[in-house]
Amino acid sequence: MKAPLLQVKKLRKFFPIHGGVLQREVNNVKAVNDISFDINSGEVVGLVGESGSGKTTVGRTILRLEKATSGAVSFDGKNIMTLGTAEMRSFRKRMQMIFQDPYASLNPREKVRKVLIHPLKLHKIGDPSEYEDRATTLLEKVGLSGDHLDRFPHEFSGGQRQRIGIARALAVEPEFIVADEPVSALDVSIQAQVINLLEDLKDNLDLTMLFIAHDLGVVEHICDRVIVMYLGQVMEIASTADLYDHANHPYTKALLSAVPVHAPGKRRGRIILKGDIPSPINPPSGCVFRTRCPIAIPECANVVPELKSVGNRHTSACIRST
Amino acid sequence: MTVKKIAPPLLEVRDLQTTFTLSKSLSVRAVDGVSFDVHKGETLAIVGESGSGKSVTSLSIMGLLPKDSGRVSGGSIKLNGREITTLSDSAMRKIRGKKIGMVFQEPMTSLNPVHTIGQQISEMIIRHENLTKAKARIRTIEMLHLVGIPEPKIRIDNYPHQLSGGMRQRAMIAMALACEPSILIADEPTTALDVTIQAQILELMQNLQDKLGMAIIFITHDLGVVAEVADRVVVMYAAQVVEAASVTDIFEQPRMPYTAGLINSIPRLGSSINKKRLEAIPGNVPTLTSLPEGCRFHPRCKFSTDICRASIPTLETTSGNHMIRCSRWSNLNLNGKHTS
Repeated sequence: MKAPLLQVKKLRKFFPIHGGVLQREVNNVKAVNDISFDINSGEVVGLVGESGSGKTTVGRTILRLEKATSGAVSFDGKNIMTLGTAEMRSFRKRMQMIFQDPYASLNPREKVRKVLIHPLKLHKIGDPSEYEDRATTLLEKVGLSGDHLDRFPHEFSGGQRQRIGIARALAVEPEFIVADEPVSALDVSIQAQVINLLEDLKDNLDLTMLFIAHDLGVVEHICDRVIVMYLGQVMEIASTADLYDHANHPYTKALLSAVPVHAPGKRRGRIILKGDIPSPINPPSGCVFRTRCPIAIPECANVVPELKSVGNRHTSACIRST
Repeated sequence: MTVKKIAPPLLEVRDLQTTFTLSKSLSVRAVDGVSFDVHKGETLAIVGESGSGKSVTSLSIMGLLPKDSGRVSGGSIKLNGREITTLSDSAMRKIRGKKIGMVFQEPMTSLNPVHTIGQQISEMIIRHENLTKAKARIRTIEMLHLVGIPEPKIRIDNYPHQLSGGMRQRAMIAMALACEPSILIADEPTTALDVTIQAQILELMQNLQDKLGMAIIFITHDLGVVAEVADRVVVMYAAQVVEAASVTDIFEQPRMPYTAGLINSIPRLGSSINKKRLEAIPGNVPTLTSLPEGCRFHPRCKFSTDICRASIPTLETTSGNHMIRCSRWSNLNLNGKHTS
């Protein structure tokens, strides 16, 4: 079997909290706390969790938009956490990001032409005489046209802006894309357009993707495998079919049961979790989920559960799981 | 939940038109001929995308349109048979909070950050119920307890920032229901919340409805939530009602192509068993300043013909009180959830 394209090992990202007169570091937010996973070439892996679970930080840290506190991220066999700026640049060309908010992620003063040509210049891709053609091709790939090159972002709708964001990410012909909630800011009737576009691009361009989302329906539709995060840690990893049909972790079960079903009068048995996500500054001891877990026992406070195998490429971090 | 329809309805909205003046020469009709009834104890969901006019409809009912630019320019809104669009500000203030309670999307912006939640809820009770401060405080604690806020005697003195998102929304609901209104208008009450917290809040609202018997107008863009809470559904598109029916009819026999398109464009749980391409609705939601001729949905509709471009469809009522705005509906065979 081929080595995974992306390997994340014991990744940690703590954000310091400064306080006191000397503004010393008094504590930290444990946004990502010791997580490990692999992504194979050609896979679309979903990263799900509620707000504050650390899923966006994982995506940003992998691309080195945030500096990891500790741990390793290997891309194509090379640990990119320790690379210098110049070396990293050659990797940046291979890994790109699609952002959540198409209103905030495009510079309002830049025409689409500049948005798309900038990455080509930066990474010295192609000859300047080809830029125009390349930009037009990119727009056509995402369902827009060359006529849009001379427009500003405000002239587009949310869905079209997201297409421009996608075209920008594709400009450098990356192999790996982190898509951070790419459809959640869009109107319902537009979401399906962008999901279909991402699926087509993935097939045509042979992309590998980390798809960060909180919408479990969208994730099930687009992903091959899913990682479930809670409070900075991985609770469960499984193939999409296994996760949605045979969830093992009590958090995954609760999360799935909380999703409203699109069929009136057919409510499933719902596990209503009590309380809120605890603060990532002082996460609970032992299992971080135990304070809301319906099946927690006293021992859960003492043991940090390891991810253990519960099936074929299916792991779950719960001492009570079988 | 089956609801006996006893005439007359609690709230009767007829041909409502709300106009916003954008400049001296430009005004838009954000709500254009919207009609619906709300009966005692029922949940009516108003569904639509951004710009469909669903929130403006609710603001029109509550009399909370921005004074300088928005106004109800036509139609009527009757609460218990009494016209409320022509009421004075002071008369409306007696209705808001007392007869109609409100919960908004983002509890952090709808609660006042410089007052404790207790002060804000008590103020409402004192204003409407003529209670003393001490009695209002007792009532406030009861309300906080009712909406499931732990340690209400302590929490009553908390400021909004000291509560989590879910707790703030509970506090908003406590405030909205403190004077036992007969209608609760909830505008995207769970959109800013995580699914596990959304599940808590939806359950809470349903329990409170069973207990207190109020009607709920639930405004949302989330069809999953609609399927779960609604008795009847009004679908809005570009300032108009395009379809209205019982929740089962909307999901199982949608008749207007937009409704059917929405239902089929959403990935839902269970799709990994049968991976299919999503049926996307092409194009974009039109802006109110440049609405298409004829049917407002026709440029995006796969069934549109010349008649859709040429004539403006009216809202027809068919059997089962199913209302449809589509010139071609009787010729179409649309798919509901069973076939997707």
